[in-house]
Amino acid sequence: MMSETATRRLRGRLLRDFLARLGVGLGGIGVILAIVLIFVYLLSVVLPLFKPPHMAAVAAYPSPAGHPSALATAQTLYLALEEQLEIALRFSSDGTVTFFRPDDGSVLERRRVVPEGTARVTSFAVGEAGSGAGGFLGAYGLADGRAVVFGVRFEVSYPEDVRVITPLLGYPLGEVFVTVDPEGRPLQRLAIQGGGEEEPTTLAAVVGEASGIVAARFVPEASFLGDGLTWEVYHGSHALGTQAADFLLLDKMQRLLYVADEAGALTVLEVDDEAGLAVRQRLALLDDGATLTALIFLAGDISLLAGDSRGRIHQWFPVRDAHNRSLLTRIRGFELAGGEAVRLLAAERHRRGFLAAGASGEAVLFHATAERELLRARVADQALELVTLAPRANALLAQDAGGELHFWRIENEHPEISWSALWQKVWYESYPEPDHVWQSTSASNDFEPKFSLTPLTFGTLKAAFYAMLFAIPLGIMGAIYTAYFMAPRMRGLVKPSIEIMEALPTVILGFLAGLWLAPLLEANLAGLFALLLLVPPGVLLFAWGWQRLPLPWRRRIPEGWDAALLIPVLLGVGALAWACGPPVEKLFFGGDLPGWLSHELGMGFDQRNALVVGLAMGFAVIPTIFSLAEDAIFSVPRHLRNGSLALGATQWQTLTRVVLLTASPGIFAAIMIGFGRAVGETMIVLMATGNTPVMDFSIFQGMRTLSANIAVEMPESEVGSTHYRVLFLAALVLFLFTFLFNTLGEVVRQRLRRRYSNL
Amino acid sequence: MKKGTPSQGWFASGAPWVWLNAAAVAVSIIMVAGLLLLIAVRGMGHFWPKDVVEFTLPDQQRLLGEIHDSERVSLERLRHAGLEFEAADADDRRDWLTRYLVKTGNRDLTGMDFRWLLETALLAQRRPATVVTVERREWGNFYGYLDALLRDGEVVARGESAWAPLQARLEQSLALHARIRAIEKKEIGALNAEVERLRLRQRRLELEGAYTPARQRELAAQRAALESRYAVLQRQLETLYAELNRDTVVLKTADGHALSLPLAKVVRVYRPNAMGLGEKLRFYFAKLWEFVSDEPREANTEGGIFPAIFGTVMMVILMSIFVTPFGVVAAIYLREYARQGLLTRLIRIAVNNLASVPSIVYGVFGLGFFVYFLGGNIDRLFFPEALPAPTLGTPGILWASLTLALLTVPVVIVATEEGLSRIPRAIREGSLALGATKAETLWRTVLPMASPAIMTGLILAIARAAGEVAPLMLVGVVKLAPSLPVDGNFPYLHLERKFMHLGFHIYDVGFQSPNVEAARPLVYATALLLVLVIVVLNLTAIHIRNRLREKYRSLEQ
Repeated sequence: MMSETATRRLRGRLLRDFLARLGVGLGGIGVILAIVLIFVYLLSVVLPLFKPPHMAAVAAYPSPAGHPSALATAQTLYLALEEQLEIALRFSSDGTVTFFRPDDGSVLERRRVVPEGTARVTSFAVGEAGSGAGGFLGAYGLADGRAVVFGVRFEVSYPEDVRVITPLLGYPLGEVFVTVDPEGRPLQRLAIQGGGEEEPTTLAAVVGEASGIVAARFVPEASFLGDGLTWEVYHGSHALGTQAADFLLLDKMQRLLYVADEAGALTVLEVDDEAGLAVRQRLALLDDGATLTALIFLAGDISLLAGDSRGRIHQWFPVRDAHNRSLLTRIRGFELAGGEAVRLLAAERHRRGFLAAGASGEAVLFHATAERELLRARVADQALELVTLAPRANALLAQDAGGELHFWRIENEHPEISWSALWQKVWYESYPEPDHVWQSTSASNDFEPKFSLTPLTFGTLKAAFYAMLFAIPLGIMGAIYTAYFMAPRMRGLVKPSIEIMEALPTVILGFLAGLWLAPLLEANLAGLFALLLLVPPGVLLFAWGWQRLPLPWRRRIPEGWDAALLIPVLLGVGALAWACGPPVEKLFFGGDLPGWLSHELGMGFDQRNALVVGLAMGFAVIPTIFSLAEDAIFSVPRHLRNGSLALGATQWQTLTRVVLLTASPGIFAAIMIGFGRAVGETMIVLMATGNTPVMDFSIFQGMRTLSANIAVEMPESEVGSTHYRVLFLAALVLFLFTFLFNTLGEVVRQRLRRRYSNL
Repeated sequence: MKKGTPSQGWFASGAPWVWLNAAAVAVSIIMVAGLLLLIAVRGMGHFWPKDVVEFTLPDQQRLLGEIHDSERVSLERLRHAGLEFEAADADDRRDWLTRYLVKTGNRDLTGMDFRWLLETALLAQRRPATVVTVERREWGNFYGYLDALLRDGEVVARGESAWAPLQARLEQSLALHARIRAIEKKEIGALNAEVERLRLRQRRLELEGAYTPARQRELAAQRAALESRYAVLQRQLETLYAELNRDTVVLKTADGHALSLPLAKVVRVYRPNAMGLGEKLRFYFAKLWEFVSDEPREANTEGGIFPAIFGTVMMVILMSIFVTPFGVVAAIYLREYARQGLLTRLIRIAVNNLASVPSIVYGVFGLGFFVYFLGGNIDRLFFPEALPAPTLGTPGILWASLTLALLTVPVVIVATEEGLSRIPRAIREGSLALGATKAETLWRTVLPMASPAIMTGLILAIARAAGEVAPLMLVGVVKLAPSLPVDGNFPYLHLERKFMHLGFHIYDVGFQSPNVEAARPLVYATALLLVLVIVVLNLTAIHIRNRLREKYRSLEQ
C-alpha cells in the first residue's frame, strides 16, 4: 500500500513528467515551425509580385456640366485626377474647368480658363506633370492662332492634422493669351510641354487646313532689374506637304515632335532651341493598310504607342543604329481581343503601363516592357470616349459615349514583373537591343527599373564555378590522401586545422581577397600561372627523386607523412615559380600581363575579378568539401580494403577501384554541399568583385551575385516596393537553390551511411 | 612477364598520384598557415612605432614619412600607367624599379596621406633623431620637427628643449580631455535621456487625452530642473575648454612650413627614430591597449575598436540566451520524445540543411519579419508616443541577435542531438528501471551527460555568429554607433539600439572608408582579433568534443 504522501508525490512527479513532455513537445515543434516560417514568410513577401491586378467600379454618374453660362452641349476635352483621388477635373470645349469629387460626381467648383468672348476653342493639349501631386500644364488652342496656357497645381495643407487639398489654376507664362501662330490661323491640333516658371515652354500646333506645323518656344529670362521674368519668344514652322496631321505629340524634353496621319505615316521633327523645325525621320507606323486610331507617349516620353483599326498596339522607340543615328524602331506589339479597333490609349504617369479601350466599353490594362496583358474589365456598356489614369495608376476615370463618367479603382502594384522580365532578354528603352539588365535605381525620375535576375544568377554561378574549379581538386585530393594514406597522428592534426579553416569568417577572406590578393595578383599574374604550371611537375620530380634515394634515408620519414615532407618542397617550388613570374612577363608579355591581355587579346581586366573570387571562395569551400569527402572515404568499411589488398591489388588500385567507387556518392554529396555554400556566400563576392552585373564568363572580369546584390541594395529599398519584393525573390531563389543542393547531398549521404552499415 | 623500366613501374604503381594527393593536403595546410601568418604579421605590426625617414626629392624638396610597403615594378608597367621617364632613367638599362609606399601624413597641408615614391626619384634618405610623429584627433598623423611650445600665446620653450615640457603639458591636456568627454557623454547624455523621456511622456499623455494643466505644470517644472542642471554642466565645460585651449604646439614640416596645433587636438607625440627597444615595446603595448579599449577616431581609421568588440560580445551573449534553450529543447524533442520515423528523418535533413542556407537569406528574413513586421507592430502597440520615429521597428541589436539565433539554432540542435545519441541506452534504461519518470531521467542523467555536447554546440554557434556579417548588415549593424547598447541611463540595456561589430568593421573600414590605405593596418589588426577569438572558440569546441568521445567510449565498454 502506498501512503497518502507517496501517492501525492508520485502524482506530482507524473504531472511534472507530463508538463516536461508538453513543454519539450511544444518547444521542439515551435523551433521546427520557426524554421518553416522562414520559407513561408519569404514566400508571403514574394507572392504579391505575382498577384493578378484587380479593378473595381466605385461610381458612375452623368458628366458634371460645364459653366452655366456656356452652351449645355459643351464637349468634354480632357479628364484628370489628382494624386490622392479626392479631386477630379473636367476640361470642356467652352473653355471651363469643373472640379468635382470623383467618388460621386458632386461639383466643387467651376472656373473659366479661357476668358469669355474670345475666339472659339479649336484644340486642347496637356503636358507632362510639372510639380508633384498630380499637377500638370495644359493649353487651349483658339481659332485666332493664339493659345491659353494654364497650369494646375494641388496644394496640400494640414490644418488641424486634417489633409486638405486645394486645386490652384494659374497662367505660368504670365499672360493669359500667347501667340502660337503669328499668322493667326486656327490651331487645329496642339501639343505643349513645359517646366513652369524656370524652364522653357514649347507649344506646337497644326494650323490652317492641316497644311503646316508651327512651334512657339517661350524661354524665361530674369529681367535686368531682377524683379521678375521676361519671356523670350521664338517661332518656327514647317510645311508638311501632302501628309495630313491627325496626331501631334511633343516629348517633354521639347526636342522631338511627332506628326502622324490616319494612314500611319509619321514624321519626326526636331525642335531646336529657337523653335526651328527640321525633319529627322519619316516612316510608316502601319504597313498593312490599317488605320491609325490612337497615338500616345508611354511614361518618360521616349516610347510611342500606336493603336490601329485592327486592334493592335505597337510600341516604337528610338534605337541607335550602326551609324549612331537614333531611329524609331518597332519594338513589340499588343492586341485587343477579337481585333476590335483601338479607340483610346492612356498611359500611366510613372510606369510603362497603359490602358487601351475598343468600341465595346471594355478597358484593357497592359504593361509594355513586361509584355503583359494585366487585366480587362467592362467599364461601360457603350464605347468609351475619354479615359484617364490617376497619377499613381490606382484609379481610372472614363467617359462613355452617353456622357456618363465611370470611376474605377485599380489595384495593380507590380505590373512590371513577369517571367519574361525576370529571366529573359527584354528590350528596354534607350538600349540598342534586347538584353538581360539589372539596374534597380537611378537618379532620374523617369527611370524604368530593370529587374532581370539573369545576370545576377549568372554571376552567382560564375563565382561558384570558378570557386569549385579551385576547390574540388584540392579538397577531394586532400581528402583522399588524408583518409587513406595519412598517418593517424598527422591526420589528427590536419583534420582539425582544415576544419578551423571552415570557421574563418568570410569577411576576413573577402577583405584579404579584395585588398591583398587582388592587387598582388594584378602585379604578379604571370607568377600565378607559373605557379600553377610548375607545382605539379615539381612535386612529381621530387617524388621520383625521393623514390631513388637509398632505403635507409627514406625510412627516416615514417609512412604517411609524405605531405609534411612536401611542405618545404612546395614552398621552394612556389617561391621559384613566383620569382619566375616577372622575367616571364617581361619576356613574353612586354612586362605587363594585364595590359597585354587587354591590348592584344581584347580581354578586359578588372582588378577584382573571377580569379580572385575563385581563389578566395575556393578557400572557403575547400574545408566543406574536404571534411565531408574525407568522412565518406574514411568510413568505407575496412574489410573491403583489406580484401582487395589481400587479392594482390596495390594501394592505388584498391583506392581507385574499391574505396573511391564505394565512397563516390559521399564525394558527390560533398561537392553538392560545397557548391551550395559557394552559391550563397556573400561577403567574399561583395568585397572581392567589382559588383557590376555583367554577363561575361571571362576569368578576368568581375560579376555581381544574388547574395551580394541583396546585401548592397536591401537596406535602401523601400518596404513593399517592387524592388523590395524582387530582392526577397532573389533570397527565395537562393534559399531554394541551396536547400535543393543540400538536400540532395544529405539524402545521398544518409543512404550511403546505411549502405556502409549493411556492408 | 615483361618488365618495364623502373620509372614506368613507378608510374604504373600509382605512386605519383599519391604524391599529388599529398601535395593537395600540403597546399591546403600551407594556405591555412599562410593566411593566419599573414594576418598575424600584418595585424601585430600595426602597433610597432615605425621609423620616420626624411627623403630628399630631385627638386630639393624634403619629405618625411614612414615606409609602409615597397614593390618592384617593371618599367613597362609604369609606362602603361602613364609615367614618363627621362632619358637618363631609361639609359639606366634597368627594367625593374623599386617603389616605396610612403605614409607622409600632414593631410591638412598636402591633401593626401600616402605617396608612391620611385627609387629613381630619391636623392637621399636619412633618419633624423629629432623627428616627431604627432597623432592628432583630426587630419591623421603629422610628421615634422618640434618648433615651440606656447601657453596663452606666450612661448614656453623652443626647439628641442620644448620636448620635456610638451610631454608634461600633453599629459594634462589628455586628462582634461578625458574629463570633458566624461561630462559630455555621461552626465549630459543622462540629461538628454531625461529630456527625451519627458517628451515621450508628454506625447503619450497627449495621445491619451490626459494632458491636463496640472500635468503640464508638473512636466514644465521637471524640464526647468533639468535645464538648470544642464546650465551648471555647461559652465563647467566652458571652464574646462578654456583651460584645454591654452596650450599650443608649433611644429615645422620638413620643408620648414610652420603649423601651430592646439594641444587639445593632439593624442600622442613621440620621436620614433630616437626610441630604444624598451621604449618601443612600451609604446607597442600602449597602442595595443588603446586599440582594444578606446573608441575609434577619424571615421574609424584610427584609435581603437572597443565599441565593435563590445557590440560583438553583447550580440553574441543575447544570441546565446535565445539559442541555447530553443536549440536544446528542439534536440531533446527530436531525439527523446518524437517518434522516430520518416518525419523525424525529414526534419533532421531540413535542420542540417538550414545550417548551410546562405546567411544573407536569414538577414532578409530578419529584416522583413523581425524588423518591419514584428518591430513595426510592437511600435504601434507599445510605443505610439515615439512614432513616426521607430523604436523597435528599425534594425537593432535585439533583432540582430534573434536573426543570428535562428541562423545558429541548427548548429546547437545537431551538436546536442549528437551528444544525446552517444549516451548509451543502458544509462537511460537503468534510470527508468529505478522508477524515475522520463523527465527525471532526462533532467538528472541524460542532460548532465550531454552538457559538454551542448557546450560544444553553443561554442560553435558563437563562433559562427561572431564571424557572420552579411545578415547583420541588414538587421542592425552600423559603421559608427553613437552609444553602446548598455549605458548608465534607464533602462540600462537598450535592445533597440544599433551596434558596431568586428566583422562589419572590417568590411566597412576596408571597403567603405574614404582613406582605405590609412585604415588598412587597423583592418588587419581587427581581423587578427576576430580570427583569434574564433580560432580559440573552435579549438575549445574541438577539445571538448574529443574529450567527450573518449568519455563515452569508456562508458560503452
